Amino acid sequence: MKLLALIPLLPLAGFLLNGLLGRRLGNGFVSAVGCGLPVLAFLATVKCAFDLAAGGYTPLSETAYTWAVVGESRFEVSFWFDRLTAAMALIVTGVGSLIHVYSTGYMKEDPGYARFFAYLNLFLFFMLLLVLGRSMLILFVGWEGVGLASYLLIGFWFDDPEKAAAGKKAFVTNRVGDAGFLLGMFVLYATFGTLEMDRINAAFGAATLPAVSASLVGILLFVGATGKSAQIPLHVWLPDAMAGPTPVSALIHAATMVTAGVYLVARMSGIYLVAPEASNVVAVIGVLTAFFAATIAVVQTDIKRVLAYSTVSQLGLMFVALGVGAYGVAIFHVYTHAFFKACLFLGAGAVIHSLGGEQDIRKMGGLAKRIPITFWTFAIATAAIAGIPPLAGFFSKDEILWFAYASGAGGSTWLWALAALTALLTAFYMFRLLWLTFLGASRMDPQVEHHVHESPPAMTGVLAVLAVLSAVGGFFALPHFLEPQLALPTVQPERASMQTPLVALAIAIGFAGLALAAWFYARGGERAARLAPSLAPIQRVLAGKYYIDELYAAVIGRPLGWVSEHVFLRLGDRVLLDGTLNGLAALASRTAGLFGRVQTGSLHLYAFLVLLGSLVCLAWVWRHV
Amino acid sequence: MDKVTLLLSLAFALFTIGLLGVIVRRNVLVMLMCMELMLNGVNLSLVTFAHQMGSTVGAVLVFLVFVVATAEIAIAIPIVLLLVRNKRTLDLAAYTELKG
Repeated sequence: MKLLALIPLLPLAGFLLNGLLGRRLGNGFVSAVGCGLPVLAFLATVKCAFDLAAGGYTPLSETAYTWAVVGESRFEVSFWFDRLTAAMALIVTGVGSLIHVYSTGYMKEDPGYARFFAYLNLFLFFMLLLVLGRSMLILFVGWEGVGLASYLLIGFWFDDPEKAAAGKKAFVTNRVGDAGFLLGMFVLYATFGTLEMDRINAAFGAATLPAVSASLVGILLFVGATGKSAQIPLHVWLPDAMAGPTPVSALIHAATMVTAGVYLVARMSGIYLVAPEASNVVAVIGVLTAFFAATIAVVQTDIKRVLAYSTVSQLGLMFVALGVGAYGVAIFHVYTHAFFKACLFLGAGAVIHSLGGEQDIRKMGGLAKRIPITFWTFAIATAAIAGIPPLAGFFSKDEILWFAYASGAGGSTWLWALAALTALLTAFYMFRLLWLTFLGASRMDPQVEHHVHESPPAMTGVLAVLAVLSAVGGFFALPHFLEPQLALPTVQPERASMQTPLVALAIAIGFAGLALAAWFYARGGERAARLAPSLAPIQRVLAGKYYIDELYAAVIGRPLGWVSEHVFLRLGDRVLLDGTLNGLAALASRTAGLFGRVQTGSLHLYAFLVLLGSLVCLAWVWRHV
Repeated sequence: MDKVTLLLSLAFALFTIGLLGVIVRRNVLVMLMCMELMLNGVNLSLVTFAHQMGSTVGAVLVFLVFVVATAEIAIAIPIVLLLVRNKRTLDLAAYTELKG
């Protein structure tokens, strides 16, 4: 029974059904197909996970189709199911199904309902291809496919040019990363003649190291990961991607797709284990991204943008874990992050929904009593991301901090310090968000305030499920589950004794962020307002996102625009291409005009010319033969 | 003057007369006949050379040329007929529509 192939094929069927028939068969059909098939895929994944456990965790493998056989190389569409795949596929299908259900409430009034579900199913198909593929080729197909789905969904309301542009930005930025990914694949294929990831990992783990620089491959693959997972310097697309509908932000740009880069590095951990330089790059980029994104999040005023920068920051923390060799811990954070960030985004969606489209937190406040279910779920998820024990985020973040400090594979004090500072900032801006949105006095327009209502059960139910998962998800020790496959790094012996103090410090950090936010924003935010003028320059830089977009526009965008305009358009297109064509056409028409005069229609002249020609030929023959 | 020279001279004369006829005469039918003259001049030279070299292949080739010439005339005459039917004249000056 080909159960593995079935997992991605179910959402694909959903895409086809909804895409081709959805509009004609009505919203009931669309909801049934759009939610039913992901749930079936989830059940199939659960079944596979049980099969895996029953088989003593020997990886399941299944070849669905042989794509091409070139000489000795076989290119197969084959699936691979081990502990890591199980964890990722369960997250993707589980959280994915929940968000599908939520979308039935959120997108109810939208005219593009069928299209929306078709795209979501398409995304799920590609994402499952990505996590299930055995060969990097399949992974890459999924990788590009989720990029496509992301583009389609960011620009879902494509009649707004700003939203369409955000989709394009995401697509183009990802292209830069994909170039690195492709180069890494080329190097691997040239060296090993195969792209099957289990074999590549095994080759790097062998006693004799392969004849290729693991650091080079590691960094090339990481370039791909920075694109997909929005790390510096390719992080600019993710905040703009919030232009898409909120369930999309939750599913694609928080819970699943953006963690593909983390998955890639964890999946290819065989390479990074023997490439300390590449691992250091991963850790440094990760911690810098985490810190800078967290500082930007502090001053954002759009509810979704705060969450977007928080996502970038959390992804940075995952890369810190990857960089210090704690691959299982990174996947653990992917797992907890999927719950609480999905819950936060969906909660934000519920807020936006009940306020009729308002996203500015300066125009919210006092919503806690009006929409209590949304408030409580949002509060639980906020506490989870801030690292308040015993919620899910505490466990994963604490382990990341611990390994950033103590890992024998690159842990250091300054890495820990920056990560801890990020954690503090995270707690602060998340509670700030909670305060400004739900607590204090209302700053809403009276007209908006009049219409505030709790969301339909399809939405609040999903919020409740996710809040429960955010609360208890941390008790499942995922790193321990993954350890036979992704071993945890050794701890530096002289630092081992610091574990308990650091845990205490991590808890203190979480509460400190809460206290700080409470202190600043409690009495209508008067303390924050009093502090604001003295921090205005910093606030400007942060609100301007460090002017990275402007920098890229000036350094890359404008020169490219100039070259396109002057070299390619004016010189290349108009002068060279059009000039050549027009010149040839003019040449033909002029010579034709010249020779056309000979064509008088008089047969005698023709005969005479033939005679003349014959005589010339004869004369030539006479002279040369 | 030996036999070969005589025959070649005759062939050349036939060809030249034909050529001049094609160039100067205006009557389409006469031009066709002149073309036949040229063809036969060439044929005569062919058979002469074949005889001189003692090759039967050349002699046989002459018959082939005859056959082709017949086929050509079989096409040319109907064309002329059609032309005449259109314009009621054999004068070539009337047929100058095909020009650049």
